[in-house]
Amino acid sequence: MSVEQALLIGVLAAAGTYLVLHRTLTRIILGLGLLGNAINLLILASGDEPGEPPIIGREGEFTDPVPQALVLTAIVIGFAVISFLLAMAYRAWTIDGNDDVEDDIADRRLAERNGDTDVEQAEAEQEGAS
Amino acid sequence: MNQMLPLFIAVPLLGAALSLVFIKSRTIQRAISLVCSTAVAAMAVSLLVYVDRNGTEVSSLGGWRPDIAINLVADRFAAIMLTISTTMLLAVLVYAMGQRGDDERSRFYHPAYLTLIGGVCGAFLAGDLFNLFVWFEVLLIASYVLLTLEGNDRQIRTGTTYVVLNVIESFVLVMGVALIFAATGTLNMALLPERLAALPDGVQLGLNLLLLIAFGLKAAVFPLYSWLPDSYPSAPSPVSAVFAGLLTKIGVYAIVRTQTLLFPESNRTLLLVIAGLTMFVGVLGAIAQSDMKRILSFHIVSQIGYMIMGVALGGVAAITATIFYMIHHIPVKTSLFLVEGIVARDSGSSNLSKVSGLARRSGPLAALFLIPAFSLAGLPPFSGFLGKTAVVTEGIAQQSWWIVAVALVVSLMTLISMLKIWTGAFWGAPDPELGGEGSGILRDQRLMSGVTTGVIGLTLAIALFAGPLYRLCERAAADATDPLSYLSAVLP
Repeated sequence: MSVEQALLIGVLAAAGTYLVLHRTLTRIILGLGLLGNAINLLILASGDEPGEPPIIGREGEFTDPVPQALVLTAIVIGFAVISFLLAMAYRAWTIDGNDDVEDDIADRRLAERNGDTDVEQAEAEQEGAS
Repeated sequence: MNQMLPLFIAVPLLGAALSLVFIKSRTIQRAISLVCSTAVAAMAVSLLVYVDRNGTEVSSLGGWRPDIAINLVADRFAAIMLTISTTMLLAVLVYAMGQRGDDERSRFYHPAYLTLIGGVCGAFLAGDLFNLFVWFEVLLIASYVLLTLEGNDRQIRTGTTYVVLNVIESFVLVMGVALIFAATGTLNMALLPERLAALPDGVQLGLNLLLLIAFGLKAAVFPLYSWLPDSYPSAPSPVSAVFAGLLTKIGVYAIVRTQTLLFPESNRTLLLVIAGLTMFVGVLGAIAQSDMKRILSFHIVSQIGYMIMGVALGGVAAITATIFYMIHHIPVKTSLFLVEGIVARDSGSSNLSKVSGLARRSGPLAALFLIPAFSLAGLPPFSGFLGKTAVVTEGIAQQSWWIVAVALVVSLMTLISMLKIWTGAFWGAPDPELGGEGSGILRDQRLMSGVTTGVIGLTLAIALFAGPLYRLCERAAADATDPLSYLSAVLP
């Protein structure tokens, strides 16, 4: 693995992690995209130095074909998952006009015990939805 | 027989495609799903019988040499898991049709469900790490769709957490796979044990931890379980029954595989601590809840601890106990969620403050709840008692006293939280609005209660035929813990 590759993977992973820690689903999706690309590059890097294309019957140096096959599969899977997440973000936006990831109901109850937020209203909403 | 292995994946996936073609007709969709899942379950049973007699079956796809091909490997362990899983998938499918809900609310129920079956079968049969990852993804994507089938507010909210966490889990897994490839130059599970053993200890530990984190999140072990009790209850009952029974157990299956085959020499103390914490924290969560579905979801976490305990103790006897525990747990957990589905459909809720007096309204339904509940808590003579005895006996044999103590205390606490459901939902006076005493809940829902009774019958059969079944598990554990037999089966 070259230094440039390592640096690129590191920067992508750091930026991806930063974005994933946000509350907005669109940012999380962007972050997951970056993280996914960092890992795809890592798979590619696991195949060692680049060489000639691996063709049966050819002599001499050639590159390892396995990581390339793996990375293609990983890219396709990543694409499918990101599309699904985008659809979910759109759905969340059509339902209540934003795509924030909300607290779960147990968290809200804890918050109520500490004396803030309107938990009963939130629970009523949830009952209505389920 | 080995030509049959690809069919486990091809039949459900083909069915899913056909189901999409006939998306306008629910009757045809149902017929396709029934035919495909019955076929897969029947194949699984015959595979189990065949593999138990003749040893591990291997199919190298595309006719490539087995060391570079994509291999499907069915040893006894994989065949057992395939049989019990496909049977449950078939049962829940029939239940969902009886419920007249899920597959009517969305036309995508059947294609997603068939894809899930294909993914589950693929994950059990995968003979190399990358394909294990791919089939995990197939079943995960199907589960994303099933979990958010209605697309309502609550499902989207909990679905988001589930999807994002699982995507991150996939990233960790694929990172582990890439690094293992970089370190050893192969992903074939037959070749890996030898090459991994040649690596320095530190590298082995790092790779092992990456896989453990990934599969641990899937199996919902202690620090990585928080997504489960939040997301499973929001799905419709038949969907959460299948998730509860199966999906986490596939994570446990992968943990058993990687720990016994790839890293047999690793130190398992950390795993043992995690097992204890998983049991304990899970059952504490269950006691604190007031909704039937959420209580049952926390129980999944707690029960996973017992299986991990077997893996962590290590050795053939402990792995046997884990395999037996998994066989018992899958139908028991599924049937509890199926009972919950009947309650929720009848009363419109499964919140313990809203449901009451079910025992007076329908005695048989109460019996249907009590049998798997006692079994889960580990009371004799049910299957859970045998499973827990096996795990605890092994703990005593290896003199890990504290984990034995935790396992026994958690067992008692499981019973307490089951009594909470009992006093809340089944005891007391029936709600007059929903029909008075003896109003016969089961009569209105013949298909659903028929399937539930069948699954509970299966758990009783597990207890009844525990002897032969346990010996089968012993043979499976001997297979699973012996990398050399795996190697000689794949590369003759």
